[in-house]
Amino acid sequence: MTVAPSLSRQQPVASVHPGPLLNVEDLSIEFGPKGTAVRVVEGVSFSIDAGAAVGIVGESGSGKSMTSLAVMGLIPSPPGRIATGRILFEGVDLLGLPRSRMPEIRGRDIAMIFQEPMSSLNPVMTIGDQIGEAIKLHEKMGREERRQRIIELLKLVGIPDPERRLGAYPHQFSGGMRQRVMIAMAVACNPKLLIADEPTTALDVTIQAQVLELMHKIRRTLNTTILLISHDLGVIADVCERVIVMYAGRVVEDADVKTIFRSPKHPYTRGLLQSIPRLKDENTRLYQIPGMVPLPGTIKQGCPFFPRCPDRIDKCALETPPLLEITPRQKAACWVAAEATS
Amino acid sequence: MTILPGSVGTLSALDDVEHAIAPEPSGTALLKDMFFGQASTIFAFSVVVIFLLVAILAPWLAPYDPLAQSVLSINKQPSWAHWLGTDQFGRDVLSRMIHGSRNSLLFGLISPALAAFFGTILGVTAGYFGGVVDRVISRVVDLLLAFPELLLAIMIAAVLGGAFWNIIAVITVAFIPGFARVARASTLAVKQEPYIEAAVAVGLRTPTIIIRHVIPNISAPILVLMTLWVASAIRLEASLSFLGIGTRAPNPSWGNIIRDGLNNLFGSPWPIIAAGFAITCVVLSFNLMGDAVRDVLDPETTR
Amino acid sequence: MLYRLADAIPTIWLVLTLVFIAMRILPGDPAIAALGDGALPEQLAEFREKMGLNVPIWQQYFNFLIGTLTLDFGKSYMNGAPVLDLIARNLPYTIQLTVAAMILGTVIGIPFGVLAAVRRGKLPDSGMRIFSLVGYAVPDFYLGALFLIGFALNLRWFPINGAGSGFFDILHHLFLPALTLALVKAAFIGRLTRASVLEVLGKDYVRTARAKGARENRVIYRHALRNALLPLATGMGLSLLATLSGSVAVELVFNRPGIGRLLIQSITERDYGVIQGGVVVFALLVVFVNLMMDLLYVVIDPRIRVK
Repeated sequence: MTVAPSLSRQQPVASVHPGPLLNVEDLSIEFGPKGTAVRVVEGVSFSIDAGAAVGIVGESGSGKSMTSLAVMGLIPSPPGRIATGRILFEGVDLLGLPRSRMPEIRGRDIAMIFQEPMSSLNPVMTIGDQIGEAIKLHEKMGREERRQRIIELLKLVGIPDPERRLGAYPHQFSGGMRQRVMIAMAVACNPKLLIADEPTTALDVTIQAQVLELMHKIRRTLNTTILLISHDLGVIADVCERVIVMYAGRVVEDADVKTIFRSPKHPYTRGLLQSIPRLKDENTRLYQIPGMVPLPGTIKQGCPFFPRCPDRIDKCALETPPLLEITPRQKAACWVAAEATS
Repeated sequence: MTILPGSVGTLSALDDVEHAIAPEPSGTALLKDMFFGQASTIFAFSVVVIFLLVAILAPWLAPYDPLAQSVLSINKQPSWAHWLGTDQFGRDVLSRMIHGSRNSLLFGLISPALAAFFGTILGVTAGYFGGVVDRVISRVVDLLLAFPELLLAIMIAAVLGGAFWNIIAVITVAFIPGFARVARASTLAVKQEPYIEAAVAVGLRTPTIIIRHVIPNISAPILVLMTLWVASAIRLEASLSFLGIGTRAPNPSWGNIIRDGLNNLFGSPWPIIAAGFAITCVVLSFNLMGDAVRDVLDPETTR
Repeated sequence: MLYRLADAIPTIWLVLTLVFIAMRILPGDPAIAALGDGALPEQLAEFREKMGLNVPIWQQYFNFLIGTLTLDFGKSYMNGAPVLDLIARNLPYTIQLTVAAMILGTVIGIPFGVLAAVRRGKLPDSGMRIFSLVGYAVPDFYLGALFLIGFALNLRWFPINGAGSGFFDILHHLFLPALTLALVKAAFIGRLTRASVLEVLGKDYVRTARAKGARENRVIYRHALRNALLPLATGMGLSLLATLSGSVAVELVFNRPGIGRLLIQSITERDYGVIQGGVVVFALLVVFVNLMMDLLYVVIDPRIRVK
């Protein structure tokens, strides 16, 4: 299927700016009044090159969503705030920008789609208007031209009969369709980075597959860089080449997908992989990592995974391991893993 | 026709009082917490106490006979002899205010209590027996709820006239639908509970079940509503007296003090100012108290 | 939608029946109530005949229903004028007042509520809370009286009574009474608006709007507000009814003509025909407002409409 020239990139993204598209350095996010604030994200660093597809995997409470919201500048600011760190997008620190600049960047350069397609669309606006708004906010365009663009977008995401659906309301669509509309809205201005926060979690498995396929397509045809967040390693493995594992607000492992599956270095990652049920398993009981995720702020010292870790040594309780390079392409925040390779 | 909630108590009572059946309140610690929680509650509590004292001790507190007219002292400005001045009939305003508080207290306390009583009977009947009884009662109650209290009260007063018990009846009837609705909803909820089934299975007769098991368990929201509505009752009585269909002249009531004051605009504004201020303070205080009671007995999750 | 219209008919019937029961069955003998204990039997009989009370009760009921449908409410006992005339002359003033109060109250209340929600926890928010607490406690007639004393009597900016004639004069006379009712209304609406806006601002689609790059103002006015106003429709209906009932007292304070004042006067004068007519009119107004609110809700919410 040919994509209209207006939607595809004329030149590869990499030539626009040297270096990674997104570089998060030592990001920490805390909630609560200044004296008694609780850190929900601690010292997170990673970088994403243009054109790549990277995933962040973690359980609820791992801080993965917060990290992505921070990139968008959408952390709810009375209770929450950025404590430390920089977020460099094309070399510019987003956190250093005046607040009035962020709305320009959102939607145009970085776009985000969310978990609940049911409630993420405005119920009293037609989808045509909502997608149209995404365009209007950033690009000057005549009505008819915009209308054509919306139809193109709807075709791109696979909504049948788009001309007639322009005037439809969100409640007239199914969940999978709504997520497609969200994606159409997100890529309307051809953003360089698309952040997808649990885009398939609320959908049926069959629809999940369709949406993931759509993300592949977006990446291919529009050359969009993708940051996919999920608790499901399988979903990430489907779309991404690299994965970042987060636990209790910290990055604990960072490697490409194949390496993660073949030789995970962090005990938490190993535990995650073990928990995935396999068809050939004789056991009826699913593996569970013993213990529970610590509440933010409860681990004051040492590795956050210490209480549940099968491989721990004394050092793990005393010093928090930073993200160490185990191999040139794999990093893990684990003393034991680091010592094993030295 | 959609059920519109009637204008109930304070603004916060517009939220559903219906589903929380409250935990057992116990102990003076709770009472203390209830009343001394915040500055506003302390203020409200003090006002209420003062109000009660003034109302009860009125005959001894008032410096003059509230009905005593005097041609010599017409429209005097406030002075040491008459702290709030006199009205166009020479009556001491302060004394009238003090005696007026009695009316407000009486109507404010008796009417919600009576309304709670009758309303609960209606609501429990509708809720427990269901079927046609429920539909008929609910239809009428919903209809009455659709009317603002004051209009309902005016219409009833139009029909009944102005003697003391009639006024009580008016205000009571204006509040019955609200209680009936809450009682009904609570009864419906309680009816599902296993202990009702057990009571039926054991063979208890219906009146016993209702009295021993249903009513105690729905009492919390009813009590909350009653407290909240003391304020409304006081306000309603004042409005009715102002309109001339409540407490009749020459008996003083804060409402008709304002009415007389309006007929005497060029004389002295003090009756109006004082009486209205009193109404506002007392209603406000009872509202705050009602909120405090409600927060303890039936706490909300969000504000 | 048709269902709701059709449902109004039994409601109206029920209302009329209740009014009839209230007027006939409850208070005892209307003739004695009107004329007093000392009235002579001939006077009582004359009264009964004039008021149509000398026929069996079923016929009275029938006459009553027919009368209401044909807008024949009988005659005023006091001055012999047809009740319908009296009502027709006074109703416009009440409607004027209510509509003016509604517009003014909404114009003041909604922005205030939005401001309180958006600047939550800061001054406008606390101001809103105090405003709504006080607004509920203050009797409308007191506020009106204060305005009357302050602005009309002392400052002489406004007339003391009446309704005025000619467009601007009418507005001049309308302002203080409408403002009185409007402020009380604004307290209520403001609080509702604040709660609704706060709730909507926490919704996912507001987050989506921000993520698209909409500026905060646009998020509030284009996305949040429209959804926040929806649930307000019921509250507005309630508020309209409250304003309607408040208009009675305010009409008295400012000595304005109107249905409320008519009803109160007729109660004091025991003018049976007018009382009955007034009560019916108010009852029907209430039913009408409720119905309008229902229909309005259907129109506003596309989810209900496009089914």
